Amino acid sequence: MPEAEATSETQSQPGASSVSYEGASKRYGDSASPAVDNLTLEVPAGEICVLVGPSGCGKTTAMRMVNRTVEITEGDVLVGGESVRDRDPARLRREIGYVIQQIGLFPHRTIAENIGAVPQLLGWKKDRTKARTAELLELIGLDPELGERYPAQLSGGQQQRVGVARALAADPLVMLMDEPFGAIDPISRERLQNEFLRLQAQVRKTVLFVTHDIDEAIKMGDRIAIMKEGGRVEQYATPAEILMAPATEFVEDFVGADRALKRLALMRVADIDLWEAPLAHVGQATAEVRAKLAQSDVEVPYPLLVDGERRPLGWLSERDLGAETVPAKPDSPLGPLLDRDDVMRDALADLLQGEAQYAAVVDHEGRIDGVLSVEIISEFLKSPRAKSGELAVERPHGGEPAP
Amino acid sequence: MIAPTLLAAVGEVGEGFFQERDSSSLPCQAKPDEVFCFDWARENIDRFGTPTVQHLELVLFSVLLGFAIAFAISLLAHRTAWLRPPLLAATGILYTIPSIAFFFLLLPITGIGRTTAIVVLATYTLQIIYRNTMLGLANVPGPVKDAARGMGLTERQILWRVELPLATPEIVAGLRIATVSTVAIATLAVFIGAGGLGTQMYGSGNLTFPTSIIIAAAIAIGMALLFDVALLTVQRLITPWRRARLG
Repeated sequence: MPEAEATSETQSQPGASSVSYEGASKRYGDSASPAVDNLTLEVPAGEICVLVGPSGCGKTTAMRMVNRTVEITEGDVLVGGESVRDRDPARLRREIGYVIQQIGLFPHRTIAENIGAVPQLLGWKKDRTKARTAELLELIGLDPELGERYPAQLSGGQQQRVGVARALAADPLVMLMDEPFGAIDPISRERLQNEFLRLQAQVRKTVLFVTHDIDEAIKMGDRIAIMKEGGRVEQYATPAEILMAPATEFVEDFVGADRALKRLALMRVADIDLWEAPLAHVGQATAEVRAKLAQSDVEVPYPLLVDGERRPLGWLSERDLGAETVPAKPDSPLGPLLDRDDVMRDALADLLQGEAQYAAVVDHEGRIDGVLSVEIISEFLKSPRAKSGELAVERPHGGEPAP
Repeated sequence: MIAPTLLAAVGEVGEGFFQERDSSSLPCQAKPDEVFCFDWARENIDRFGTPTVQHLELVLFSVLLGFAIAFAISLLAHRTAWLRPPLLAATGILYTIPSIAFFFLLLPITGIGRTTAIVVLATYTLQIIYRNTMLGLANVPGPVKDAARGMGLTERQILWRVELPLATPEIVAGLRIATVSTVAIATLAVFIGAGGLGTQMYGSGNLTFPTSIIIAAAIAIGMALLFDVALLTVQRLITPWRRARLG
């Protein structure tokens, strides 16, 4: 593929190209106002740029200029420094991953054939396509056996994972994602978002991500372009900057009054100082546990029962502590269990949903790390640290592949 | 005027058939209360062989020709939106021409015999196959086409690899209706001297002696059913994804 080699010279990140809009416009027919008017935007290679704005603001039109599914009427878009207008549309598109809200899997092709579609177009050898398909199925956490199924046999969440895998199949330089998780139920959506961020930490593609959901934009974006009608960019900045310092009234309105709360989407549980849990082990003398509780610096009112591997089992009640030794079965269930890597906003949601004041936080191995409480979060929101721009966006650096 | 000449020509053809039928003496004919004469059937079953083969050929050639033309104009209409209404109207008008009139109108051009019959029968399939093919193509989900285009399939690849496979059920449904109705209409081919099962149905003696009609009709029905089942089986085999469901 000569094109791929030519563009790879100009890219700053292996496997990804920068995307630059240079005064790009799209006018449909003789309509008075263009759908996208003179858009200039620079997306560095390997970053997720979220285009967000109300419906009809031209974000999808702007995204589609990159693979020429929308033809630019004025200006230009460069991918890896090369004008898309000089490229054959079909060949260009084979180098650009494309994921849409309605997924659009081929119903008459198996999952494996769907994932192998672009490699097939590029004329890959069968063995290579097969190996790549297996690799991607593993990457998105689907059973390799599902490769032989048809799309109708998969759930919506699984189908969208396949949609992402299909877009990644030929190792594209750029990914275009148009509300990819928009049609998926909220719980699966959160999981898919996290999975995609983990995936992105490995593949480091340049991603143009379109959404109308500011919360999704804050969670997914390295940079966010907030757009207004006509594709006018009101602010183009990191999520933290947009939350700390909205550039215009429009941005402020769009981001919403709960900006402080939204900042929670920018941090992980691990980013905050947790409470230390008073730990108890099965068979331990309760007197010992009570002594630990009596220490003045303990903020958690009840001891947490853990197993030999320091994995939480449940909370001990007053009645449990009335016995001679710590019982094997605690009186109170564990309640919500949080992970160090959870986004703070999701963790707060879990706390509220579980009607819990606090919850145990565990590390990758499931061992106790500390306790997060509603109190910690509200203290944090009041602190100067939350209001300052200190909280740069930290992507989850899940560098190692999932086990 | 050519009409009298035409009628004369057909008259000659018709007489030919009737004479052939009249010349055989039939034992059951004397008993009008008997609907089906088994004796006659046993003795004369051989005479249905050639007409059956002729009929089969008429149907096959007509449907294949009709499909080729209808498929081609469907692809044309698919690419060029403004052609759709006129093509629908044109095939619709052709479909409304009474078949006997159509046969005779074509006589001066294609003459007596199989060619005229095949042209007429093929013409009747156009509307059904065209409509169904267009319906099938219209039913292909927009997002699937959008995804295909966005992935870098060319328009031609989208048509042949995505749209037509997904339109297969509707296309085959059209073929099935067209084939079954062609089996029926082909019994009229006798009037243009194209043979077929019609030769065993239309005869002066048959008005009082229906045995031959019943046998010919039974063969036609069987043929229609066989075509239908065969096409349905083919469709099932080439669209395995339609049977794949959750669980």
